[in-house]
Amino acid sequence: MTYLSDVGALLRKDLLLELRAKETLPAMLLFVISALAVFHFALPKGTSDTAARGLLWSAIVFTALLGLTRAFVAEREQGMFDALVLAPCDRSALWLAKALAVLAFLVAAEVVALPAFAAFFAGVDGRTVAAVALADVGIAAVGTLFGAMAVAGRARELLLPLLFLPTAIPVVVGGVGGYLWFLALYDAIFALLSWAAFEYVVVET
Amino acid sequence: MIAARGLAKRYGDRRVFAGLDVDLDGGGFLLVTGPNGSGKTTLLRVLAGLAAPTAGELRLPDRRTIGYLGHEPLVYRELTPLENLGLFARLYRIPDRGEHVGMLLERFGLWEVRHERVGTFSRGMQQRLGLCRVLLHEPGLLLLDEPYNALDVHGAELLDAVLDERRATVVATHDPQRVEARATQRLAFA
Repeated sequence: MTYLSDVGALLRKDLLLELRAKETLPAMLLFVISALAVFHFALPKGTSDTAARGLLWSAIVFTALLGLTRAFVAEREQGMFDALVLAPCDRSALWLAKALAVLAFLVAAEVVALPAFAAFFAGVDGRTVAAVALADVGIAAVGTLFGAMAVAGRARELLLPLLFLPTAIPVVVGGVGGYLWFLALYDAIFALLSWAAFEYVVVET
Repeated sequence: MIAARGLAKRYGDRRVFAGLDVDLDGGGFLLVTGPNGSGKTTLLRVLAGLAAPTAGELRLPDRRTIGYLGHEPLVYRELTPLENLGLFARLYRIPDRGEHVGMLLERFGLWEVRHERVGTFSRGMQQRLGLCRVLLHEPGLLLLDEPYNALDVHGAELLDAVLDERRATVVATHDPQRVEARATQRLAFA
């Protein structure tokens, strides 16, 4: 229960920071709508649903990347990692709370993005919604780990896309193909790895 | 509290320090001096367990007994003092959180602004809040990096009173005059 209480306190902090600063979610919303609008006008008429779905997944991955680049801004600019790492809570709680915050922002962006996709391209079926939900978990899990790694590095703006995009390829493959079992497996593996590895990422070697 | 033998830290080819021995018990005061970039902050980060030494043996107390103040006050600027200290009080599992946080804010003259965002504070007020965060869990070991930075006369007196409590303390500063008399050990970086 203590672990969950720590996660709750840290998650509340992240949501409060976004509520006050309003820096991440509005940017993600604007980006995903703009990207879908650009794709709408760029694609020739009569394009297949599969191609359109591919663009939806591209928009989701890049929107997530935008959110991830902002995920640790407060910790980086205000040196807060040091204070949080010294706190006696399990360090994986820091990762879990941040991943849940990223997940919340991503879901909020998709609440707008999926109807926009339906308006611009084709209807969204239940399988696509389920695939997006599963993909969000994996993206938030692995992206939060890489976001923390990138914060420690000097070329952080470069490092995060270089780390995150290759690991997002399976998400796109699973999402476009509608392979829910594959996305669930991806979530389980990467969530476990990220949870276990976070401790080693936040302490300088 | 701290026992270090042959402590060394390198960043790539650059040697920050090497062969350091540190022994600090309760009540001891280690003054670390040196110009900017000489390795004082790195040493404090190693002693806090925030950075691993490249070589040497290091024995540190449990991290819940460490109070660390870095170059920054280490508080969230978008949150209020109550929210900042409330978060850390929860993470440190402090009983009677509200009462304890209130006492600290009173002591450091921040009670009146407890509901205002830290980002609107002067640097000196932020430093006072940083000190509240450091003292929140009543640590036995204080690691303070340029702690008098930005503090006005009253703020500096409040910090003096904290140092009078004779916890094990390491202070890193390029301007040692204020704490020179307290030092039981000295370490000078070139």
